[in-house]
Amino acid sequence: MSRPPCGTAAAAMLVALGVLTAGCGGSSGGTPAASSSKLTGTVTVLAASSLTESFTALGKTFETQHPGTKVQFSFAASSELATQITGGAPADVFASASPATMQQVSDDGDTTGTPRVFVRNTLEIAVPSGNPAGVTGLKDFANKELTIALCAPEVPCGVAATAVFKLAGITPHPDTLESDVKATLTKVTLGEVDAALVYKTDVKAAGGKVQGLDFPEAAKAVNDYPIVVLKNAPNPTTAAAFVALVESPQGQKVLSDAGFQLP
Amino acid sequence: MSRRRQQHAAPHRSGLPGALVPLAVVGILFLLLPLLGLLVRAPWRTLGDELFNNEGLTALRLSLECASLATILCALVGVPLAWLIARGRFRGKGLLRALVIVPLVLPPVVGGVALFTAFGRRGIVGSHLYDAFGIALPFTTSAVVVAEAFVAMPFLVIAVEGALRGVDARLDEAAATLGASRWYTFRRVTLPLVAPGLAAGAVLCWARALGEFGATITFAGNFPGTTRTMPVEVYITLQQDPTAAIALSLLLLLVSVAVLAGLRERWLTTPG
Repeated sequence: MSRPPCGTAAAAMLVALGVLTAGCGGSSGGTPAASSSKLTGTVTVLAASSLTESFTALGKTFETQHPGTKVQFSFAASSELATQITGGAPADVFASASPATMQQVSDDGDTTGTPRVFVRNTLEIAVPSGNPAGVTGLKDFANKELTIALCAPEVPCGVAATAVFKLAGITPHPDTLESDVKATLTKVTLGEVDAALVYKTDVKAAGGKVQGLDFPEAAKAVNDYPIVVLKNAPNPTTAAAFVALVESPQGQKVLSDAGFQLP
Repeated sequence: MSRRRQQHAAPHRSGLPGALVPLAVVGILFLLLPLLGLLVRAPWRTLGDELFNNEGLTALRLSLECASLATILCALVGVPLAWLIARGRFRGKGLLRALVIVPLVLPPVVGGVALFTAFGRRGIVGSHLYDAFGIALPFTTSAVVVAEAFVAMPFLVIAVEGALRGVDARLDEAAATLGASRWYTFRRVTLPLVAPGLAAGAVLCWARALGEFGATITFAGNFPGTTRTMPVEVYITLQQDPTAAIALSLLLLLVSVAVLAGLRERWLTTPG
């Protein structure tokens, strides 16, 4: 967003007064800019936290390819972002870590066209480097002695984790249910938990601080990631161009290098 | 002069500049509209079901217990600390006072991170606890109490310190000349004199602990029954069921208003 945070706060105050309903930034709303071939302006992308590294890289690529544009990201749990969008958050693109969360946004009438799946992701066990607790597989998550972090069942990575444990017939004993996958990963990075279930891409992004352990059931609980341009996008043209980059061979390469599977 | 007449006369005498009135109204609306929003959007018909499901009640009970324990902990060490700052004579007292207030202005999430570095399994103190006794503080109910106490203690310390400063130190001296021991003087003279300040500080501390979110979710995590307090419950619920989140928020609002009502003697009466 081009508005400074103070502008947003001031806007809230002015709304309270009932004098003005528009913010002081003056970003034009409804009328799409006269379709010039040159892309400009800021595009705001709300994306699942597991996309943090790859989308940040793609954002930089986009800004280089289209000088004068700026890609602004907000990474959080997809379910939290969906709540923000249905609550009227001004954003151009939504990339979700699960079709169910995307559906929430579509049902509210906030999307343009049909969301398209652009990558897939699977879960992996993450342990602190050196694996101090000697975790070997999914069955260790049932061990009450171990300190375990999982994603909360309200967020997509938690939904995937629940599915995996159901498939494996294991009742996990987590000590904390984190609000998004990066928060879960952080607990492993800090060495505060013995094991966690995160996406494969998160383990890869964490570098040497975290070790990943594969497990067979992961293949049966794959998360599809849909992407879409939002209906109330302030900058729809540039937004569509960003989505095109994500779906282009170049974008797909960045994503597969990060550990995502291509659809 | 009767009270009524005084109130009527006051605006004339103070001569409030008219231009300030609209801005004051903006201030009032800005503070009250969000609360009104909660009331308007609350699911009044299903409120009972939303509130008294198991998870909401568990979170509320946990919140009340942890906030109370944190307040007791704060009073236990906060009162002596306030006494030290108010009455002690030593170098660096001003610095100590400033340091004690830091958690008050520190973003709570930063507080949570800081608690990890101190009391986490790999923290500067926590690692020794873990290696020697196998005690790991994060993700336990104790961690919730610790996080809340860390964030809320400055409120109690400042209130008690202010009360101590307001008390005539000569009363202590008088007690001492009459043969009372220092401990007896503290217990029977100083403490009763600061009791109202302590009570106000404790209520503020409790309210702050009850609303604690950032340090709690960072340091203590989030698990139903052990660490998921009301604010965390509201945050998590909002992702899936905004209506239920509003109902839970309403409950917290009610508790807050009740606290305020309890303090009305102190703050709601305009000083005149």
